Amino acid sequence: MPKHDTPLLDELESGPWPSFVSDLKRQAETKPECWDILGQLELSYKDKITHWKHGGIVGVFGYGGGIVGRYSDVPAQFPGVEHFHTVRVNQPSSKYYTTENLRAIMDLWEKHGSGMTNMHGSTGDMILLGTRTENLEPFFWDLTHKLDQDLGGSGSNLRTPACCLGQSRCEWACYDTQEACHHLTMHYQDEIHRPAFPYKFKFKFSGCPNDCVASIARSDLAVIGTWRDDIRIDQASVKEYVAGNIPANGGAYKGGDWPAFDIKDEVLDLCPTDCMWMEGDELKIDNSECTRCMHCINVMPRALRPGTDMGASICVGAKAPILDGAQFATLVVPFMKISKDNDFEELIDFIEQVWDWWMEVGKNRERVGETMQRIGLPTFLSVMEIEPLPQHVKEPRSNPYVFWKEEEVPGGWERDVAEFRKRNAM
Amino acid sequence: MGYDPNNPMEGRITDLGPPKYEKFLPPVIKNNKGKWLYHEIQEPGIMVHVSETGDEVYTVRAGSARLISIELIREMCDVADAHCDGYLRFTTRNNVEFMVDSKDKVGPLVEDLKSRGNKFPIGGTGACVTNPVHTQGWVHCHTPATDASGPVKAVMDDLFEYFGTMTLPAQVRIALACCLNMCGAVHASDIALLGVHRKPPMIDHSRISGVCELPLAIASCPLGAVKPAKAEVNGEEIKSVKVNAERCMFCGNCYTMCPAMPLADPDGDGIAILVGGKVSNSRSAPTFSKMVIPFLPNTPPRWPETVDAVRNILEVYIKDAKKYERIGEWAERIGWEKFFEKCNIPFTDKSIDDYRLAYDTWRTSTQFKYTSHIK
Repeated sequence: MPKHDTPLLDELESGPWPSFVSDLKRQAETKPECWDILGQLELSYKDKITHWKHGGIVGVFGYGGGIVGRYSDVPAQFPGVEHFHTVRVNQPSSKYYTTENLRAIMDLWEKHGSGMTNMHGSTGDMILLGTRTENLEPFFWDLTHKLDQDLGGSGSNLRTPACCLGQSRCEWACYDTQEACHHLTMHYQDEIHRPAFPYKFKFKFSGCPNDCVASIARSDLAVIGTWRDDIRIDQASVKEYVAGNIPANGGAYKGGDWPAFDIKDEVLDLCPTDCMWMEGDELKIDNSECTRCMHCINVMPRALRPGTDMGASICVGAKAPILDGAQFATLVVPFMKISKDNDFEELIDFIEQVWDWWMEVGKNRERVGETMQRIGLPTFLSVMEIEPLPQHVKEPRSNPYVFWKEEEVPGGWERDVAEFRKRNAM
Repeated sequence: MGYDPNNPMEGRITDLGPPKYEKFLPPVIKNNKGKWLYHEIQEPGIMVHVSETGDEVYTVRAGSARLISIELIREMCDVADAHCDGYLRFTTRNNVEFMVDSKDKVGPLVEDLKSRGNKFPIGGTGACVTNPVHTQGWVHCHTPATDASGPVKAVMDDLFEYFGTMTLPAQVRIALACCLNMCGAVHASDIALLGVHRKPPMIDHSRISGVCELPLAIASCPLGAVKPAKAEVNGEEIKSVKVNAERCMFCGNCYTMCPAMPLADPDGDGIAILVGGKVSNSRSAPTFSKMVIPFLPNTPPRWPETVDAVRNILEVYIKDAKKYERIGEWAERIGWEKFFEKCNIPFTDKSIDDYRLAYDTWRTSTQFKYTSHIK
C-alpha cells in the first residue's frame, strides 16, 4: 500500500502531547495498512465527515458479541481498511499485565490485524482496532488456544465488567473489587457472549465512594464500596497535618500557590453534614451523621481511614443520554456485604432478580434505568422484594398521585352504585 | 493444527473469560494487597503507596493517546522489562503506570521515560488536567459528529502544562464523545466535548427497503418525528418514512437503527461544550455536565475554537475557584449566571432545557444575581 499525503494530519505531529499520527506512521513501516488508516482519516479531515459505512454484522461462531463490524465507504482508495472490524478482548481485573502477556497479544495482532489498538475501550476491554473478516476465526483460535484468553461483550448482552484497582494498590477499597469483577465475569460468560437481553447491561465495581471507574454514571449495576461503622482516626497524624508536616490530600496540591493547611477551612467546613469538630487538638466525628463522602479521608489519608465493617452500596440504572436523557444509578441496597467466602451469593441473587424482571418487562433497546423510570421505583422495589426506605429518595414526592393498590383500601374497589344512589341522590 | 474453515467447530474453545488478575500483579502488589496504609504523590505523576508491612511501591504514571500501536506497547514493555520486572498496568483514563518496589529505582525509570521523546509524558495525578477519556471519532466510528483523537491531541497540546503540574483548585476531568451515544460517557465530566449533529436525517428511499425495518426506524425516534410515508423509486411506489424536521432533536438514534437515514454533515456537525459534571461523591453528590456552548464548528486538524473555549473556561476557573472546588461546585457556588458572565460566554436559549424533565432546571425562586445579562 502506498503512502498518502496527509498535510492536515501532519499538523498533529507537533506539540508536547503524544501524537497518534506519528505513532501510526511508525507502525505503518511494518503494517502498511496503517497508511490507509492515515489516508482515510486525512480524507475525513478534508471532508469533515466519517468514511465508515454503517455497521456490519460479523463475529466468531457461537458468540453474539465481542466483534464490531466496520467497512470503509471508500475501499477502492484505501484497500487496507476495506474491512476494519474491532475486536474486544476481555481485560484482566484492574488492567495489570505482564510484559510476556502483552507482547504475546501484540504478536497476535501483528499477525491477524492492523497493529493499532485502544488501551483501553470505555467499557474496559482491550480494543484491537481493524481486521478483515477472514482473520477473525484464526485470531480467535490463537487467542483461545495459545493465550487462554477470550473476547469481551458487545450488543444486547452483559458488557465486559470493569473495576478500579481496589485493594491491590489503594488503602480505601472497602471490598475486593478485582475478585468480585473476575468472579462475576467468569460466572456470567454465557451472558457476555450470547445476547439475550433487551439491551446492553454493564457492571462496574468501585472500591469506595470516590468511584474511580465512574460506576454511578456508567453502569446499570454499580457496586460502590462503603462502610457502616466509624471512620478510623489516628490522632497523632491529625496533629502532623495540623502542624503542616504532612502534605494535604496525599500531596495532590504540591506546586500550587495555596495558604498553609488549615483543618477548619479544608476539612471541617467542607464536610457536607457538618459532623466534624476539634476538641483541643483532637479531631472528633459524629459518625451517625456521616454520609461517607470521602472528602476528609481524601484530604488526610494518613490520619483517617474508612471503618472496618465494610461492604458496598448497590445502585441500579445509570446510562448516557440516548434516549430519555442521562441517568445516574439509583441507590437500591444501602449496604451489602461483598465477600468471596460465599461466592458473592447475595450480589448474584440480586443481579438475577433484576434481570428476571427486566427481561420480562423491558422493551427492545431499553436500559434497565429507563425501565425503572417507566414502571416506577415503587414497583421496582416491590419486584425486588426490598422494603422502601427514605434512603431511596432525595426527598418525598410532592404530587399526590399515589397508585394505591386495591388490597390497601378497606373493602376493596368493588362497589354497588345502586346502593350508593340510595344514600346519595344525583 | 489451527483454525480449519472446513470444520469450524472442530477443537473450538469458548467461554474462557479473562486471565486471572493475580498472575499479572507485581510481587510487591500481590504481597501487600489489602494491606495498604496510605499514599502520597511525591511529585506530579509519581506516587508512593505504603503498606502496613513496611513495603512501599512507587508508581510512575504516563499519559498516552489511547489510540496506540503495537510498536508503542512493545516499547512500554521494554520499559517495564528494564525497570519493573516485567509488570505494568493501565488506568481507566488511558494512562500507563510503571511500578517499582524501592525509591532508588524511580530515578532511572523516570530518566528512561523522559529519554523517549514525548511518548510518555509523566503526570496525570492530583490537582491537574487528567488524561481525557475519549471515543473513536473519524478513526473508526460510523456515527460520529466529530473526530476524537484529533481534538483531544489539540486540547492537550494546549493544556499540557496542567497535565504535568498540580496547581489547579481540583482535578479537571476532560472527556470527549464524538456523538450523542456517548461511548465516552462524558455526561459527568468537568469539561465535556460532545460531537453534535444539526441537520435532520436524509431519507435514502432507494435503499431503505433493503436495509431497514421500518417499524424499528419509526419507533427509534423519542419525539415521534419519524412517520410512515410512501415514496417513489424508479416509478414504483414503495413504503418508506418521512421526518418532521421541526421535531428533530438530532440525536441520531434513527440512523443507529436505519442506515438509510444518514444525518452527518460537514457544516451541520460540530462540538458542544458541557461543564460541571463529576462522578465522585466527595463533598457533593455526583452531577451531570451542563451545556454552556451549544456549538463550535469542526475545524480540523486543530479545532482552534474548541481549544480556545476549553482554555478560557479553565483559566477563569483557576482564578476564581476555591481549593478543592470542582468546576461544577464552583459554578454552583457563584451561580450559573455568574459562570456565563465571568467566562464571557454568551447565554442562549440552547442552554435552557426543553426536553423531558426540563422543568427541574428552570428557576422557580426570586433568588438570583444581577449580571450583565439583565439589561
